[in-house]
Amino acid sequence: MKGMTVIVKKTTQLIAGIVFLYGIYIIVHGHLTPGGGFAGGVIVAGSFILLILAYGSNFMHLTREETGSTITENLGILLALMIALAGMITGIKVFFLNWLPHGTVGELVSAGVIPLYNIFVGMEVAASILTIFLALLIFKEEVTKW
Amino acid sequence: MELALSVILVLMILGALFAIHAKDLLSAVISCSIVGYGLVICFLLLKAPDLAIVQIVVETITLVIMVAVVLDSTRQEPFTKPDPHDYVAIATTLLVIVSVFFFFKAATGSLDPFGEGTMRMAKHYIEGAAEKTGSANLVTGVIFDFRGYDTLGEATVLVTAVLGVLTILRIRGKK
Repeated sequence: MKGMTVIVKKTTQLIAGIVFLYGIYIIVHGHLTPGGGFAGGVIVAGSFILLILAYGSNFMHLTREETGSTITENLGILLALMIALAGMITGIKVFFLNWLPHGTVGELVSAGVIPLYNIFVGMEVAASILTIFLALLIFKEEVTKW
Repeated sequence: MELALSVILVLMILGALFAIHAKDLLSAVISCSIVGYGLVICFLLLKAPDLAIVQIVVETITLVIMVAVVLDSTRQEPFTKPDPHDYVAIATTLLVIVSVFFFFKAATGSLDPFGEGTMRMAKHYIEGAAEKTGSANLVTGVIFDFRGYDTLGEATVLVTAVLGVLTILRIRGKK
């Protein structure tokens, strides 16, 4: 698909990195401030979608990107499930047990495995939204080409 | 309840099979959504209303976007006069709609009234949640610790939506 005008490109160049960092911040601070994996993942996916819409891309790059995002998505949900299963192995055998030490409430590294769940769910949500967007875009490109 | 669940599951399997083998992309998209909305009723029957809400939101958004893309790009609608085959299709559609509404009514009737019977659980969640989970944000503590199984389901809803989109939107595999 084609990109947009130079105004949109310049604005995207200034904004996209900040949007991406804000998404990462929301994910990592999910156990301290409002937000978390789901909300932050959508913001991270938004920064990628913004870049693709503003600058455009060719077909080969889109399919390669789609492969990567599919792998990331499945890896994210698999790792979250693995952490949940690790609770079955350690200590008292409970699914979704918070098996790491809790630390002090309010610090960045605290709350046991909850930040890890946030990171992996954020990874999964971001990659899912991006995969849906790329699948629709690739479909559109294929239809116009064939 | 087992009977209703089995009927809904059979409907979902039929919808998924039709979605793979359909010649027309629009009917494939719509019959794939039978799977999603059937899953909503399954979640309601299994007493997971919040999961059902997530499923219905994700499914509706995906369906609307996919129908919009398909209508925009590939659809050529040849106008034909209705023949007996169409009446069979219309009757099947009405049957599916009526059965889905019937099971939806049955599933929502089996739930507790809204706002009652839940405060007992909520009190235990709020009391000392910061010490129990170590998380300063109570909402994250609830969704990833007390109700982690639920959150796993919500993340899986997204994965199934992506799987549906990737399976349906392939024009090269259909030719």
